[in-house]
Amino acid sequence: MPLLWLFLLVLAIAAGAFVLARARVMAQAGQDRRTLHSLPIYYGSNAAMKSAIPALLVLVLWLLAQPFYVNNAVSDMIPESAIADSSSRGLILAEVRRAADGLDLAVSTGGMTENEARNTRADISDVTARLSDAGAIVTSQITQPVLRAAQQFRVLNSAGYQIMSAVVLLIAAAGALWGFKETKPDFRARNVVEQGVRALLIAAASIAILTTLGIVLSLVFNTIEFFRLYPASDFFFGTSWAPSFSGRGGSSDLGILPLLWGTFYISIVALVVAVPIGLFAAIYLSEYASSRVRAFAKPMLEVLAGIPTIVYGLFALLTVGPLLVQVFGDDGLGWMQAGTAVMTAGLVMGIMLIPFVSSLSDDIINAVPQSMRDGSYGLGATQSETIRQVVIPAALPGIVGAILLAASRAIGETMIVVLGAGAAARLSLNPFDAMTTVTAKIVSQLTGDSDFASPEALVAFALGMTLFVITLGLNVLALYIVRKYREQYE
Amino acid sequence: MTDASMDNVPVKGSLTTVDARTKKRNAAEKRFKAYGLVAIMIGLFFLVVLAVSILRSGLPAFTQAEVRVEFTLTQAQFDEAESQMLKTKAYENFFIAALQSQLEERGLDVSFDPAAIERLLGKTGSTIREYFRENPDQIGTPVTFNLAASSRVDGYFKGRVSRDTVVDSRFLEVTDLDLVDALADAGIIITAFNWNFITGSDSGVDNPGGAGIGVSVIGSFFMMLVVLALSLPIGVAASIYLEEFAPQNWFTDLIEVNISNLAAVPSIVFGILGLAVFIQFMHLPQSAPLVGGLVLTLMTLPTIIISTRASLKSVPPSIREAALGVGASKMQTVFHHVLPLAAPGILTGTIIGLAQALGETAPLLLIGMVGFIARAYPEGVVSGFIDPNSAMPAQIYTWAARADAGFYEKAWGGIIILLIFLLTMNIIAIILRRRFERRW
Repeated sequence: MPLLWLFLLVLAIAAGAFVLARARVMAQAGQDRRTLHSLPIYYGSNAAMKSAIPALLVLVLWLLAQPFYVNNAVSDMIPESAIADSSSRGLILAEVRRAADGLDLAVSTGGMTENEARNTRADISDVTARLSDAGAIVTSQITQPVLRAAQQFRVLNSAGYQIMSAVVLLIAAAGALWGFKETKPDFRARNVVEQGVRALLIAAASIAILTTLGIVLSLVFNTIEFFRLYPASDFFFGTSWAPSFSGRGGSSDLGILPLLWGTFYISIVALVVAVPIGLFAAIYLSEYASSRVRAFAKPMLEVLAGIPTIVYGLFALLTVGPLLVQVFGDDGLGWMQAGTAVMTAGLVMGIMLIPFVSSLSDDIINAVPQSMRDGSYGLGATQSETIRQVVIPAALPGIVGAILLAASRAIGETMIVVLGAGAAARLSLNPFDAMTTVTAKIVSQLTGDSDFASPEALVAFALGMTLFVITLGLNVLALYIVRKYREQYE
Repeated sequence: MTDASMDNVPVKGSLTTVDARTKKRNAAEKRFKAYGLVAIMIGLFFLVVLAVSILRSGLPAFTQAEVRVEFTLTQAQFDEAESQMLKTKAYENFFIAALQSQLEERGLDVSFDPAAIERLLGKTGSTIREYFRENPDQIGTPVTFNLAASSRVDGYFKGRVSRDTVVDSRFLEVTDLDLVDALADAGIIITAFNWNFITGSDSGVDNPGGAGIGVSVIGSFFMMLVVLALSLPIGVAASIYLEEFAPQNWFTDLIEVNISNLAAVPSIVFGILGLAVFIQFMHLPQSAPLVGGLVLTLMTLPTIIISTRASLKSVPPSIREAALGVGASKMQTVFHHVLPLAAPGILTGTIIGLAQALGETAPLLLIGMVGFIARAYPEGVVSGFIDPNSAMPAQIYTWAARADAGFYEKAWGGIIILLIFLLTMNIIAIILRRRFERRW
């Protein structure tokens, strides 16, 4: 694990700089810390900071940049003629990486010496035989250009790592020296260190922006790639979802409409379950319940929100589904063919959303000023009349916001629909039919697939993009409504 | 004058008697209140149903039907078996003979053939041979073997398989159940605690009996280490900046908007991010707890930041003013005074965020933690982070997606273990809050 060692070495240099700088400033001050501008620890921290942070920053950037450079260099080595019709440059490059891993493995298990692994004139059949002896996965795709590229890949990579280690250590040492040189009793060490810490705090806060940026970029780039292979109009307006699994057959139907319909249908069923129950529970808890009932029932309902979704998924698949089949299946009413259906997933998702609706509505109902209730009582209204005609209308925008948030949750929910809703994409009105959703199809198109060249895999990114835009829109709208409403009574 | 007009007003009855309209209004009031109560009851009812169905379906995963046979192998038998062509077959014959004699000792006369034993217990011969080859000193002394019964027999004891539903197959024939009953009467088949489920690894697709969750617990553990090591410092640093230092400008607003939106992004989108950035772009290993941890870190950060900011906000400004007043710098005020006072709240929020991350499944499906069968424990700390592994929720999903119904029981059992972990974490969080929470 040379990377770990490099990291520890940088930290060791920083620690050394810390001790030396602190000792130096104390010596200069004649062991009298009163003559120093800052506490001695700040002089040490300054040197340590200057040695560790730039070095680690360079390390991270190098690690990110090197694969790019190596990939490009290796990619140029493979002639256009070596790429078969049924393949692509990306697949060949994956093969190159696998071959390079195989060579690494062969060297580390002793099946091959380093020189043999680098020998560019090596016979392909000999090398593949040795690779499979060493336990590496060798496919028929390893050809002479691939092997050459793999060897070059290894050479470039190991050279890159060596240069990187040297550069990083050099920067660490230079930083340590710089910090050490600066260390004088009148140096404003505390201010410098605090500025550094502040920069770190800002960097930490910016990770939220980077994450959003990462999400958007990874979705956008792959979606554009997808639309290059598959027409966007067919994707958005196609009414049939039938991906072919053979690979690049080009015969896949990838229309999003059946998936969107399944998603909305299941979400509507879930909301029909969750909204009345959640809303009435919230009204009872905030307006009627004694404090003892409230102290018991509120956390109990919130337990439902803390249960992982995989549990609900299993509950849908193994408990609710078979139960519904007993009632609505062929032995009962004959509406339902199998346990996985819109109803199964919707019902269970509704249970999951109850606490979501009830907690949010509870907060919002509590925020309605007491004076409005008192006014209503003063006019002779009963409690339920007050709630129906005064409290709820006043809280309505907030409640709508809560329902929108719950809807966005339902649309983005994955495990319940993967396990409970079935896999068939269809446009049907029967809630006892199996249907599938955007999230479930993202999972089924991407699991276990490391090849992102085919439209069948890339479609998942377009689906993800659609999902992201819809949920983001709902969230922004909901937050806007809730905030607007809160301001009204504050 | 007033008297005259009073005559025209219809008499409405006295205040002490309730008229029809009031009755109606009061009934409506009662009904409305009842609706609320019913709604809460429905919610709690679902909770109870969920708990009961988890316990009822999951607890059997912790027990396992075992055949306990005392068996003595003499040196002569050992030599004889080792000299034969079909070595394990020879051991199996010795074992069956021993079983037969034990049954006869107890006065039970059941006839059975070796094929039935194989259906019940799997390949007993190889288990016995391996044991005696590894422990040659045990030859000649009585050894008690606990052999796990096949998943069908196990299901028969747990009520999953019954005489009515069983169909003759190469896995189990109806007549085998007579033998099973006889063995149970003789006390040879017993139900024992299934340690293998807790400590073991995932088995193949056709062996639900041998599946265990232990390895994926370790996978989850390494993932949680990554999440803790990254999300706690980053989350606290980000909250300190936003709460204590950030000026009112567009950049701060941008961060705030991003955090509140990330908190509501569906978890599967984080999976897509992990796949595209960590695996497709950075070429980190697939199925590795390190990648899972990174994805879950990004997912939990908003939760941790929101709760940390709340606890920083609850530290009264007087503390800050006092520290500044005696000459501390802004940075010293925050790190020496505000942060320690907010620590219990931060810790509570972090534990709750970790619990959320522990149960999250969808992003793990996309970074390949599902197709992988976790068969062995990682060899060391580094391998724990970067070697492919499963995680608890991913393992549960894998079992739920398998065709054999024997795995469903394992999936429910896995859920019990997952929920025990979550419950423990939440209880720790509650205790921390109760003990250290300060009201100012």
